Amino acid sequence: MTITEKILASHANKKEVVPGEFLYADLDLVLANDVTGPLAIEEFEKAGATKVFDPEKIVLVPDHFTPCKDIRSAELVQSLRTFSKKHGTRFYEMGRVGIEHALLPEEGLTLPGALIIGADSHTCTYGAVAAFSTGVGSTDVAAAMISGKVWLKVPSTIRFNYRGTLQRWTGGKDLILYTIGKIGVDGALYRSMEFAGETILTLPMDDRFTMCNMAIEAGAKNGIIAPDEITSAFFSGELNIRNEIPAGLFSDPGSKYDQIIDIDVSKIGPQVAAPHLPSNTKDVREFSSVKIDQVVIGSCTNGRLSDLRKAAMVMKGKKVHPELRTIVIPATQKIYRQSLEMGLLDIFIDAGCVVSTPTCGPCLGGHMGILGKGETALATTNRNFIGRMGSPESFVYLSNPEVAAASAVKGSIAHPEEVGK
Amino acid sequence: MNVKGKIWKFGDHINTDDIIAARYLNTTDGKELAAHCMETIRPGFADAFVAGDIVVAGENFGCGSSREHAPVALRELGVSVVVAKSFARIFLRNSINIGLPLVELEEVDALREKDLVEIDLTTGILRNLTLNKEYTFTRYPDFLRELIEYGGLMKWTQERYIR
Repeated sequence: MTITEKILASHANKKEVVPGEFLYADLDLVLANDVTGPLAIEEFEKAGATKVFDPEKIVLVPDHFTPCKDIRSAELVQSLRTFSKKHGTRFYEMGRVGIEHALLPEEGLTLPGALIIGADSHTCTYGAVAAFSTGVGSTDVAAAMISGKVWLKVPSTIRFNYRGTLQRWTGGKDLILYTIGKIGVDGALYRSMEFAGETILTLPMDDRFTMCNMAIEAGAKNGIIAPDEITSAFFSGELNIRNEIPAGLFSDPGSKYDQIIDIDVSKIGPQVAAPHLPSNTKDVREFSSVKIDQVVIGSCTNGRLSDLRKAAMVMKGKKVHPELRTIVIPATQKIYRQSLEMGLLDIFIDAGCVVSTPTCGPCLGGHMGILGKGETALATTNRNFIGRMGSPESFVYLSNPEVAAASAVKGSIAHPEEVGK
Repeated sequence: MNVKGKIWKFGDHINTDDIIAARYLNTTDGKELAAHCMETIRPGFADAFVAGDIVVAGENFGCGSSREHAPVALRELGVSVVVAKSFARIFLRNSINIGLPLVELEEVDALREKDLVEIDLTTGILRNLTLNKEYTFTRYPDFLRELIEYGGLMKWTQERYIR
């Protein structure tokens, strides 16, 4: 079996599962946010439920429109707050909250071998720590809060073998943008994306989060990376928690794959996805004439510490181009503080960036950096659909943090080498 | 179950931001969501749509975010069924969970805007009454049919855990 099949089998009390089979599986964690949670709570209450299956396994994270942008979004958070008080579920108040998919791993809530659902499409992020995690809807969460279970169809798997050494200025974001460009926005529809190969073995944890995060942009059910020394070091070092990686948590040799795709990463330069699909990817140098009005560095895709550090290293001692604005959003309070202590925020502020409190904000056109008609942004986020960051007549390009920082300095889409060391 | 209505046709990769933009996600009110359905890509759609009509699209309908507000907006607008070549997976499960019928049909290209169609969800037959043509589609697998027959995931869960 593949690693995905093994996790699903173990949570459905089965020795073996095969792709296409329907399961009713036990959950280790259920997540909802300020957009999807209130709808789940309404359904939970409408069903006449009075008790959640396990308050410790339910996490409510108000991150999309917080700090609340208007009266209605304040009321959405009120709904989460009241529910969590009543049922004792986990809830993160503003000032302690961060973007859910950066926050939950940081809190040690997402563990190898776990089965996790979240009413947010980017829940697939936790495949980076070898959990099976997938995005679902509000009704799924409402039912799961009652039953502790979810219905799932076992996905077939596409294995991606990455070989070779990454070029300078490239990382997880470039690998996943390149991959989505290769297979398309429905290239992995309903399927599992298993990221493997020698390049992945040395890929840092933050880059792994970025890759698994964007599996949904290829239509996948989950993205997953088998646990290794980097995974162990993440738990024992960065999180300082003891976590035993379950034995046998890997894809067996001879596992059945739908497809195996080999990718030589040594030929991949920094990638940029042009409007209006994440699959419109090309090398950054193909976009050198594109003028931009706004740069956003942050999100559940690229708002982690190493992302901010990479952006700051490019921006250090330089200024944001006078005809453009740059918004930097650390993904969690912890990352915010670490960036502060490392002097990264000084670099951004000296350069003339907005530095924001953690929020999803502009990534989904919520608040904190909306685009007007005719404006163009380059963002380290995950989607560039029509109107995603504001006006239906605006444009979003996607890139890694170094390209975003270099472009902020140059005023148009730029390779990091164009703005000096 | 039989539905009959006029076709409103869309292309490939219609995403959930197209179906309902994030700026309207500060409400869970279905009627209000319905009023802004498809507004970005087809202004005036919600006003002109007649309850009972049918949305037809190409590949990967409903891709993007997990917002259940998208199928809710379509259902509350009165969309009787969405026919597409394929559906994005979270949109598919959300629709099944809330009782919005979906039909996966390969021959979507043969269906035109404003054609009158009749769909028999029980037997898996779609008739284009305007062109006088008939197509068969694969019905949901048993497990999903069971969910739908119960009236969605909440009723199914209620039956097992609350009653």
